[in-house]
Amino acid sequence: MSEMTQPAERGFSLQSLTRNRAFWPIFALLLILLGNRLIAPDFFNIEVVEGRIFGSLIVILIRGAPVVLLSIGMTLVIATKGIDLSVGAVIAISGAVAAVLVSTTDINPILAILISIGVGALCGLWNGILVAYFNIQPIVATLILMVSGRGIAQLITNGQIAIFNDETLAFVGTGVIAGIQFPIYICIAVFVIVMLLVRRTAIGLLIESVGANDRASYYAGIKAAQIKLFAYVASGICAALAGLILTADIKGADANNAGLWLELDAILAVVIGGTSLDGGRFFLGLSVIGALIIQSVETGILQSGLPPTFNLVVKAIVILIVLLLQSDVVRRWISNSVNRLRGQMRGQTA
Amino acid sequence: MTTSTQPILQTRDLSISFGSVDALVSVDFNLRAGEIHALLGENGAGKSTLIKLVTGVYAKDSGQILLDGKEINPRNPREAQLLGISPVYQEINLIPTLSVAENIYLGSQPMRFGLVNTAAMNKQAEALLNRYNIDIDVNRTLSSYSVAIQQLVAIARGVDMSAKVLILDEPTASLDRHEVETLFNVMRQLKADGVGIILITHFLDQVYEISDRITVLRNGFKVGEYNTDELPRVKLISEMLGHELTQTLGKQATSETAKPKNQEAYIRVDGLGRKGYLEPIDLTVNEGEIVGLAGLLGSGRTETALLIFGIEGHDQGTIYVDGQAVHLRSPSQAIQEGFALCPEDRKTEGIVGELTVRENVILALQAKRGWFDFIPIKRQQELADEMIEALHIATPDAEKPAGQLSGGNQQKLILARWLASEPKFLILDEPTRGIDVGAHAEIINIIKRLSNDGMSLLVISSELAEVVDYSDRVIVLRDHKKVAELKGDEVTENRIMQVIAEEPNV
Repeated sequence: MSEMTQPAERGFSLQSLTRNRAFWPIFALLLILLGNRLIAPDFFNIEVVEGRIFGSLIVILIRGAPVVLLSIGMTLVIATKGIDLSVGAVIAISGAVAAVLVSTTDINPILAILISIGVGALCGLWNGILVAYFNIQPIVATLILMVSGRGIAQLITNGQIAIFNDETLAFVGTGVIAGIQFPIYICIAVFVIVMLLVRRTAIGLLIESVGANDRASYYAGIKAAQIKLFAYVASGICAALAGLILTADIKGADANNAGLWLELDAILAVVIGGTSLDGGRFFLGLSVIGALIIQSVETGILQSGLPPTFNLVVKAIVILIVLLLQSDVVRRWISNSVNRLRGQMRGQTA
Repeated sequence: MTTSTQPILQTRDLSISFGSVDALVSVDFNLRAGEIHALLGENGAGKSTLIKLVTGVYAKDSGQILLDGKEINPRNPREAQLLGISPVYQEINLIPTLSVAENIYLGSQPMRFGLVNTAAMNKQAEALLNRYNIDIDVNRTLSSYSVAIQQLVAIARGVDMSAKVLILDEPTASLDRHEVETLFNVMRQLKADGVGIILITHFLDQVYEISDRITVLRNGFKVGEYNTDELPRVKLISEMLGHELTQTLGKQATSETAKPKNQEAYIRVDGLGRKGYLEPIDLTVNEGEIVGLAGLLGSGRTETALLIFGIEGHDQGTIYVDGQAVHLRSPSQAIQEGFALCPEDRKTEGIVGELTVRENVILALQAKRGWFDFIPIKRQQELADEMIEALHIATPDAEKPAGQLSGGNQQKLILARWLASEPKFLILDEPTRGIDVGAHAEIINIIKRLSNDGMSLLVISSELAEVVDYSDRVIVLRDHKKVAELKGDEVTENRIMQVIAEEPNV
């Protein structure tokens, strides 16, 4: 009797754990980190050299910072049942603005950074107006800036890679405070601010309501257009910050390649985090986990010594597995086959 | 008349329910060959459900569907069509960018050497349309023609696929008089060819003009089957709206005296209208008064509500609140004035199914307060619990997703949302539609209680017994126009039906 009930009890507690929506993304992240540890035995090592913390885990956080930032903005946009394809291009624009300002004018670099963030906000405003007030489908509306944005960035940099030599701007990408690199602080700050903004005010609820049922929200008196505008502007600002980090890191703005395809990584991060592309409920923290999963895979591949030509394919396979793990269909299929197997074994023993 | 009484399409004891709602209960429907049979009833009566059952969109719970006396069980619309049952829906199911001929023969194109024989196809299409006196260039894309022509093409397609039964769902809704005439000529010809035609429409004039027989459904039940020329208009309307309910719901005679008279109207709507949408309408609602809005489906009741609430824009007229003119261009402006509207379609316009009961309750209040004046979670919980208790919303707790509640509880939840926003003027559009009997009675009690507490209410309902029961005054609409305002002793079901049934061109 006790033999029968024990596994059932354990199964129940495990089930309630796996039913938690945070379980699978975190589980996948831990699994990937463990996989990396198997490939590279020093993966979990963290050491302090000259007052600076080094280690693969830190590398993931630093390298992952741009996608983490994008995924925060993207989560809000997707929650309104939208999508923002332009964030990669906004990265190029904001980087170009900051780099050109500090290298060709005498402007205070702090001001240049603020202007660059403002330009990102303007890009978001543009997307938001097209979507919210002109009712253009989000994928089309943001496609416009996705395509034209790199052109705008090229015009700003005059077609060159805009190199600069300003320590303040470079600090955004490579500066260190208390042993930790500055991009990590930016991510934490943005996450906390956005979290407070959406969960300590009504904005989060209103975003979810608009995303889940646009029409009912309108009937309930919610100004959906303003809500959507907010989401796209937030996404633009996040993209601008990501652009500053990427530009500061290499001390140059590459209009063609900065942030290339990162919009897709950001969307993927949001999906891995469990926010539906149909809008509605959103999960900021899990989107960040999703971004870290993507970066962990990339860092793992780089450290494994696998030829770089394998990168994209291996990444795709790992991400596919993560998504399949989350799919209800696959999970039902797995649990059904497990149950059948159990039944068969029980039948054999009896 | 008596030559062909053997029905071509028949249902016996046909039933289906969705969750706790019985959408169709034991319905016997009989369609004869060569007749035009009007299927009538208000929204939610079960017309669409019946059609979806015989065309294989839904699977029946019990009962039989017989075609030519043989039982059929179509599993999807394609199977039904192959058997000879062709529906033509309000939204035309054709491909606008293909040519007329391609649309007619899509899936059954004449072939030659493995390729579509366009010349032969065009010729056949032309010949087919000529039979109905439709002379158009079949080579042009469908979308270049009017809705009427598109509809006729859809019918031609349906009939060409050897239809025995043709189902027309609101075919005339967007047609002008001349186009309706063309459609009717085609229908008469098909009738002469022996096709059985089911016509769903809310234009009663057209029912009397073209149909041979009528079946009336109400709340999922079949009310009766009549020969059109033997059924007077008033009788038809009373069958559709449910006359005999009077016996079950007693009229409250006392409520009238309890209310003070001669007050200044709290809400005054003065000539509010929009061209082609609603003729200018005047109405007033006093404090603590319930005004009923009666009329058939499509008479302009919902339109009136949407104009007042700012969901649809008006191009004339003014709304006064307590004597002050207000300009309402959106629901959020109306809500700021203390208005509230429980919409008719609670699934798409009311409930946000993904959000919890609590979040749905506070939604309108929160929208009213703006982004930053966030209702603390604790207060949200209190509000939700209060509402759950006051309206008897059946839910284990306030954190359950609203989409998982039953229809009646969803209706109460929307009501709760609006009550939480503390409105002064509440518009209810079909508050009791499609909900079970218990919830029905509760909602009526709530309506009365609110009015006793001083709230002004405008209530739209197809249930005349219900309207008569709670309304202090009743405004009757017909053809997007206010035709009467009944008060005092005039507020009876019979009087309302008489007004609705009066010939429109008087």
